[in-house]
Amino acid sequence: MARELHDPATGAPRTLTGEFNWKVGGQQGEGIDSTGEIVSQTLNRLGYYVYQYRHFMSLIKGGHTNYKVRAADHLIRHHGDELHVLIAFDQKTIDHNLHELVRDGVVVYDDTFKARVPEGRPVRVYGVPLTKIARELGNPIMKNMVAVGVTAALVGLPVEEFRPTIEARFGGKGDQVVELNMEALRRGFEYGAREIGQVATLPRRPQVQRRLFISGNEAVAYGALAAGCRFLAAYPITPATEIMYWFLKNFPKYGGVVVQAEDEIAAVNMAIGANYAGVRAMTSTSGPGISLMQEAVGLAGMSETPLVVVDVMRGGPSTGLPTKTEQSDLNELIFGTHGEIPRIVLTPATVEDCFYLAVEAFNMAERYQCPVYLVSDLSLGMSRQSIDGLDYSRVRIDRGALITQEELDAMERGAYKRYLVTDSGISPRSLPGMRNGRYVALGNEHDEAGTEEIEDTATREIQMKKRMRKLDSLDLSDYVDYYGDEPADRVDLLLVGWGSTIGRIQEAVARLERDGYKIGHLHLRALHPFPRAKVRGYLQAAPRVLVVENNYTGQLAGYLAREVGFHDKIRNCTKYDGDPFLASEIYSRAREVLLHG
Amino acid sequence: MAKVADFRAARPTWCPGCGDFGVLNALTRAVTDLGLEPEDVVVVSGIGCSGKISQYFGGYGFHGIHGRALPIAQGVKLANRELTVIAAGGDGDGYGIGLSHVIHAIRRNVDLTYIVMDNHIYGLTTGQLAPTSDKGMKTKTSPYGSVEEPIRPLELALAQGCGFVAQAFSGEINHMAEVFKKAIQHKGFSLVNVFSPCVTFNKLNTYDYFKERLVNLDEDPDYDRHDRAAALRKVMETGGMVIGVVYETDKPTFEEQLPGFPEEGLAYQDLALDEGDYRELEAQFA
Repeated sequence: MARELHDPATGAPRTLTGEFNWKVGGQQGEGIDSTGEIVSQTLNRLGYYVYQYRHFMSLIKGGHTNYKVRAADHLIRHHGDELHVLIAFDQKTIDHNLHELVRDGVVVYDDTFKARVPEGRPVRVYGVPLTKIARELGNPIMKNMVAVGVTAALVGLPVEEFRPTIEARFGGKGDQVVELNMEALRRGFEYGAREIGQVATLPRRPQVQRRLFISGNEAVAYGALAAGCRFLAAYPITPATEIMYWFLKNFPKYGGVVVQAEDEIAAVNMAIGANYAGVRAMTSTSGPGISLMQEAVGLAGMSETPLVVVDVMRGGPSTGLPTKTEQSDLNELIFGTHGEIPRIVLTPATVEDCFYLAVEAFNMAERYQCPVYLVSDLSLGMSRQSIDGLDYSRVRIDRGALITQEELDAMERGAYKRYLVTDSGISPRSLPGMRNGRYVALGNEHDEAGTEEIEDTATREIQMKKRMRKLDSLDLSDYVDYYGDEPADRVDLLLVGWGSTIGRIQEAVARLERDGYKIGHLHLRALHPFPRAKVRGYLQAAPRVLVVENNYTGQLAGYLAREVGFHDKIRNCTKYDGDPFLASEIYSRAREVLLHG
Repeated sequence: MAKVADFRAARPTWCPGCGDFGVLNALTRAVTDLGLEPEDVVVVSGIGCSGKISQYFGGYGFHGIHGRALPIAQGVKLANRELTVIAAGGDGDGYGIGLSHVIHAIRRNVDLTYIVMDNHIYGLTTGQLAPTSDKGMKTKTSPYGSVEEPIRPLELALAQGCGFVAQAFSGEINHMAEVFKKAIQHKGFSLVNVFSPCVTFNKLNTYDYFKERLVNLDEDPDYDRHDRAAALRKVMETGGMVIGVVYETDKPTFEEQLPGFPEEGLAYQDLALDEGDYRELEAQFA
């Protein structure tokens, strides 16, 4: 599909074809999210590929919040750089978002306020009596639904297309509520059609098929349930809490337990206790919670207890930017906790990855009997997007080296050694309740039998090596993806990213290639133990490397330099203002590097 | 049926005369008397001299990090409710670094027993002030006498509505074993505070000190252990110098009240989902 993304003369962005970008904004508490959800769910149901992104603040009412919906005829992995229609419930929405509007883009504002739009902006602005129409229907809150109706008129979408979404959402409150909402939509549509007319087109509708509309957080929780997770202990924290909500909703049917712990320290220790006792257990949190959990993660490493910790990263440090995205926990995940432990860090890049890697996380945690971090961020965790589906045949439950009762019975009484030194470093695990499998899981150094009062340096060395050896056999090179028409030695520039930036990088690459550059893109979906050999190969071959990441210090770039070298050819592309990258920002930085080195 | 010897493991390295020997002996006796098997009992402990008890007890165990025995123990019990779970540790562990977990464990009421070996001092780190040290007590970190009020564990637990509150003394092992039995049999969270003298670093709260002061509530026919207000009054009147079951009431446990929580241990659940499950779960993502 040919898409003119930039005006060749001026380099200015032009209207994208094959997609539609819409945003609604207002004060927190005005129902902005539900408005956005109705639009995004409807477009998803109609068969479009949708990506949704929420911009919100850490307060209940007031402030500015907005909800963007990008709909396309093809799979998209981010919320896009541009905007076609902006629905504004207040002036702040215009001030904060106007710059995203394309030439001739449309602003629809509620005419209860007098909108100010800077002179000379090539946009079309319409004041619409959203609240007034809603009031006529008896409820000013329904201005949102009127706005949805206006939106439908602007793109020529019949309001009946919204009915399934409205029914799913309000059906529980009775037919009357459904009809009232549909009426608000109709009134908005009629006003929009009469006073404004169709100003934008929806992309060509793809052949409709069943698609999932799912967020990274939901996919992580769903993947964990599919992996057999039946225990979650967590402390509420943005942007990870939705994981807890999902388990609360679904665990009763599958016999699981959610504990809202008193703090993150309790949460992670409960998950360790539950894993020790034989249930697949995890905790989910964000950066500040990860910091609190570090001591216990060391305990899981030392006691060789499986543990899955989900980190949905947000802006740090400290309380930082609690409702904004960032990728700045990397150092802490790879190097955190006192002493040295074996650990695994998985970094899903897409919603599908969140599901599949959640399954892998549990398998790896039990196979290697160590902590596994599953890392996403606010932009991946909280954005819903349409995906073609999930392949459940890929779900395999591998519980690793669990010793059986028969094996224990065959042993002499007391002969079982929990921390048995093996070539692989992995020692078969018994579970409490098993006869003749008695042991004590320990945070202290210990011998094979788990006796802890060890003064003997040789035993210390043997056990240390045994633990650290476990990951020698774990090759994560399958989680290193290279995208590019050319091999890495023939490219002008190699872009390297991890996690949620994948869609933005891919669009930037497409633009660079249209400019005539040869670009490679290496995306890392696992960072520890580092898939050194494979990554080294790509970095060695590339003339220049640009590492794209949402943090200030370039944590991945630093890690790459440490693990594979080539610091002289590594350049940074960082962003730490709380927003996810725009493709244009990566594009601009890459151009700079291509032109000036 | 298991014998006392089946519950013995590594030889303790506690100082001769340490009150913790008494706790270990009483616990071993209690689980034996209750007819439990070693593989079905899990002792979870934290850090310090008292934390070593999981090593010396012959069941399964988890020797975790400082102050976190209760979260680990709750995780174990919720994962497999068929196990008998006992959390054990010292006053530093339970009333210092881990105090919030005690209060929340009481709130949550998971069915487990928490034994605190309270010696009013930090032993393994060689004699510093503990949260239960008496006001005015001189230690390495309170050379001019402590100016802080001690934690009052029984009053705290009673105020929070703990379903089973008891106290025992290492100088009375038979009585302690009986208290432990009742605590383990109690359905829900049970707290047993044990005066377990540190013979090396605490020269104030000695065996004799406790013997002179302690009143045994279990021997008082007029004491109503189901009356929380009376219990609180008694504890306050005596300055906490009581042993026996201070308060006991029946209330539903955390796990009993959870929708869909299975009767058999979570650890024994069938994990794999089938095609129908996936279809049903997927319907949420329309």
